[in-house]
Amino acid sequence: MMYNKQSIIELAKQSQRFDGRGFTDYRQPILITTNISKTAEGSARVQIGDTVIMAGVKLAIEKPYNDTPDEGGIMVNVELTPMSNPDFEPGPPGIDAVELARVVDRGIREAKAIDMKKLCLVPGEKAWFVTIDLITVNVAGNLFDAAGLAALAALKSAFFPVCDPETGVIDYKQKTNKALPLLKEPLPVTVFKICGSLFLDVTLEEEKAAEARLTISSDPDGTISALQKGGTAPLTLEDIERMIDLATEKAAFLRKELNRTIA
Amino acid sequence: MTGLLVSERTIVVPGEALADGMDYLPGDYTYRVGEAIYARALGLVSLAGRVLRITPLAGPYVPRFGDKIIGQIIDITMTGWRISTATAYSALLNVKDATTRFVRKTDDLSRMMAIGDMVVVKIVNVTSQRLIDVTMKEPGLHRISGGRIIRMSCQKVPRVIGKQGSMITLIKDKTGCSITVGQNGLVWIRGDADNERVVEQAIRLIEEKSHMEGLTEQVDAFLTKHAKPVVRAPESERQFAEQEEMPEEPGEEGSEREREQYTMGEN
Repeated sequence: MMYNKQSIIELAKQSQRFDGRGFTDYRQPILITTNISKTAEGSARVQIGDTVIMAGVKLAIEKPYNDTPDEGGIMVNVELTPMSNPDFEPGPPGIDAVELARVVDRGIREAKAIDMKKLCLVPGEKAWFVTIDLITVNVAGNLFDAAGLAALAALKSAFFPVCDPETGVIDYKQKTNKALPLLKEPLPVTVFKICGSLFLDVTLEEEKAAEARLTISSDPDGTISALQKGGTAPLTLEDIERMIDLATEKAAFLRKELNRTIA
Repeated sequence: MTGLLVSERTIVVPGEALADGMDYLPGDYTYRVGEAIYARALGLVSLAGRVLRITPLAGPYVPRFGDKIIGQIIDITMTGWRISTATAYSALLNVKDATTRFVRKTDDLSRMMAIGDMVVVKIVNVTSQRLIDVTMKEPGLHRISGGRIIRMSCQKVPRVIGKQGSMITLIKDKTGCSITVGQNGLVWIRGDADNERVVEQAIRLIEEKSHMEGLTEQVDAFLTKHAKPVVRAPESERQFAEQEEMPEEPGEEGSEREREQYTMGEN
């Protein structure tokens, strides 16, 4: 159920936000905890306001794809658990979960964030494959940013497990001190458009009142690696320019929060 | 062992014996086996006359005859509207209970109330299968426009209203907002946008500290600190705003209603 759509729009017209924040303010607290799981190679829990999401990174050796015999690979899964929001149902991933997984995946993949060549052990035969699992704990809006932040935090905290070079058996109980070869650190920021105004870190109610959204994944140097547009309303060129400015600025802010917890 | 087995305002768990003997009557969230009365929910015991009842600490809203609730239109049927009550059960609002105006068979009901609209309604019937009928043909029942809807625990609604409406009157006076509390835990607040937020925070404060003594003083202090001073509306408008009477906290004199519910009882 959703309430207050009309009031959110009315307030947006008067340049006010429903919960009294500024348009570009993130909710507090922003909490990032890494190494929350003993069994995962890397893991993180991210909280932005009331939104809580967990990410886990698993590493496994598999046969590389035929078109990239000297590279490893990544895979992102999102589980929107029914306990995290009354709108979510159990069962196979729905369209929202698939979209979220793909946006996070594309942000990392297209930024070439992980050095895929370094994941390869024997070309054409063996390479490390990275699986990122995202599980929602509480969904109160702005899941894209929280998911992207959790995925990156988990990747940054991931270490390879011990692998016997002769038998190829992985001992998941022991970690080496070799971290994942991260080249870049892309972070997605989602900008919502409500009644002509641009909103950041929206609540669930604002999300439902929004006309359009644009998720922008960017590097520390401002290189944009992925875009994802949602919602029915069109965006003008000026809108997109403003959104990109906002997103790169706020990505820097989130990156600072992340680096503060992972020294 | 006969008589009362627990004292008032103690916390009991489901299945705990509250009283023995026919001197007492089982009220809300209690049941009788043989001559003893047991608790059905985790909560505080209270005694009103001969009726033992439990105020649960938490739990969903159970629709009851005579409750004023806030709901959302979720469907339009041949003869009226289906209303989501923020509980497991939806309610039906018949056209004849929605307006005194004559409505033709061919009229478009969505012009009166569309899907997504919020309404203040009163429950006029609850069947044993929890089918709910509601009406809008009483003062204070209407379609909601503007302001904000917040959702709170329905078990804390009596605390937000206070004894003889003391708490709600305090909040209204301090913030100048008009507030309608539905028994199902949905609250409609309308007034100055900043003060609307202050009211929301005040209600969250009450929810959080509902078990504590001197809550009214705390809320008073909170509102004095945070609320924007109220510009008094002219006398005529104020009367209109105050027309919306709140249901009172079920108190000492509520035993008649309890008895009615007892005779209506589930089994």
